[in-house]
Amino acid sequence: MSTTAIPKGMKWWNGGRSPFNVSYGKVMMWYFLMSDAFTFGAFLISYGTIRFSVNHWADANAVFNAFPFFGHQNLPLAFVSLMTFILIASSVTMVLAVHAGHNMNRKGVEKYMILTIIGGLMFLGCQAWEWTHLLTGEHFALAANGGLEGLNTSVIHNPWGAHLEGTALADALSKTPPDVLKSMLLSHEPHAVLTGLTNDQLLEQVKEAAVAGHIHATHPGPIAFGGYFFGITGFHGFHVFSGVIINIVMYIKTKLGHFDQRGHYEMIEKAGLYWHFVDLVWVFVFLCFYLV
Amino acid sequence: MSEQVLASPEITYAAHSSGGTKRLWQVFWLLSVVTIIELVMGFGLAKEWYGDKEKNHTLILFVKGVICILSLAKAYYIVGVFMHLGGELKIFRLTIVVTLVLFVWFIIAFLADGNSWKNMRNTRGGSIKDPTEQTVPAATEKGAKE
Repeated sequence: MSTTAIPKGMKWWNGGRSPFNVSYGKVMMWYFLMSDAFTFGAFLISYGTIRFSVNHWADANAVFNAFPFFGHQNLPLAFVSLMTFILIASSVTMVLAVHAGHNMNRKGVEKYMILTIIGGLMFLGCQAWEWTHLLTGEHFALAANGGLEGLNTSVIHNPWGAHLEGTALADALSKTPPDVLKSMLLSHEPHAVLTGLTNDQLLEQVKEAAVAGHIHATHPGPIAFGGYFFGITGFHGFHVFSGVIINIVMYIKTKLGHFDQRGHYEMIEKAGLYWHFVDLVWVFVFLCFYLV
Repeated sequence: MSEQVLASPEITYAAHSSGGTKRLWQVFWLLSVVTIIELVMGFGLAKEWYGDKEKNHTLILFVKGVICILSLAKAYYIVGVFMHLGGELKIFRLTIVVTLVLFVWFIIAFLADGNSWKNMRNTRGGSIKDPTEQTVPAATEKGAKE
């Protein structure tokens, strides 16, 4: 048995060539992504289990209805649609960068990598806004003392339970402290003048607005909602963030001509696989949290 | 269009064609249109286009099922075209796709588990026959009732 036939420095797989006709690095990127798919899958299925186990879950169209600079207008799913289109667009620029790489077109790779990086940063910016909006926005839910309290959406608060109506609502309002009533009224009319109002007048005004449907009050919802939402979108956002970092490294290496020296742009392909996977995961995050 | 460069000596031929970008743009538009359809259907769930949520449970479940299938179609195109798995050798495709079949069991088992928990809670462990006849106990289901 002679081994002299194998040229020096050749790192072939044991069989002498790739059994899948794909380089080792790319195969391992695929298998890493597969394991990552199981991680995300486990998170999402766990979320589904909890959601199936309760009678009421937050209505995505009510939770995600805000858009920057549009104030209190009810625009269900508009902002998250924008985020989705940003990610689809950055996916297509990524695949165009891979395509340019196949043609050894360095200028093309540079251009499309920049566009992909911008898309990723835009997505992260949108997510930062969405999180801030949920964490700082106050909604009014039934408290333990029978009155209402202002709650944000966080891992310990969920003001997105079933709506309070009729006598239950009137009863809760009568037990609500005046400062909460004031902020309820201000949430509907930001410029309302509240000085000089007696507590009874205040209560009447809030009741009127609530009956007219301008002010909503709810039961608190299952607190698991916040944990799952921030946990899973956070884990996805972290993937987007690391994808942006990888893409920036790839851009710099392209700019320095490393791939031209190497003779191929396969690294762009591997970074592309990761980036498309991030888009793929978003399809399912989008499905589970916003659509169904 | 330049000569194909093999990324590694382990590879005997390049599976990637360096044809035009037409197919990529087609998939981009397809993904966008499917997303818009999904959004319209998801928006309808809130607007109760499909009738009373309590009574039309089957229809709403059907709409949600259609949205899930559309999402799977999107995943198919992202993986098949953007990630170019469709252009790899069949045996390589199978190593990934066959493994993901585990998700079928995974999803069915865990969602059934969640559903079982809900039934147990609503019927107090089966001691109440018809869950629609009774109100959900406020202490355990704080805020979780319809």
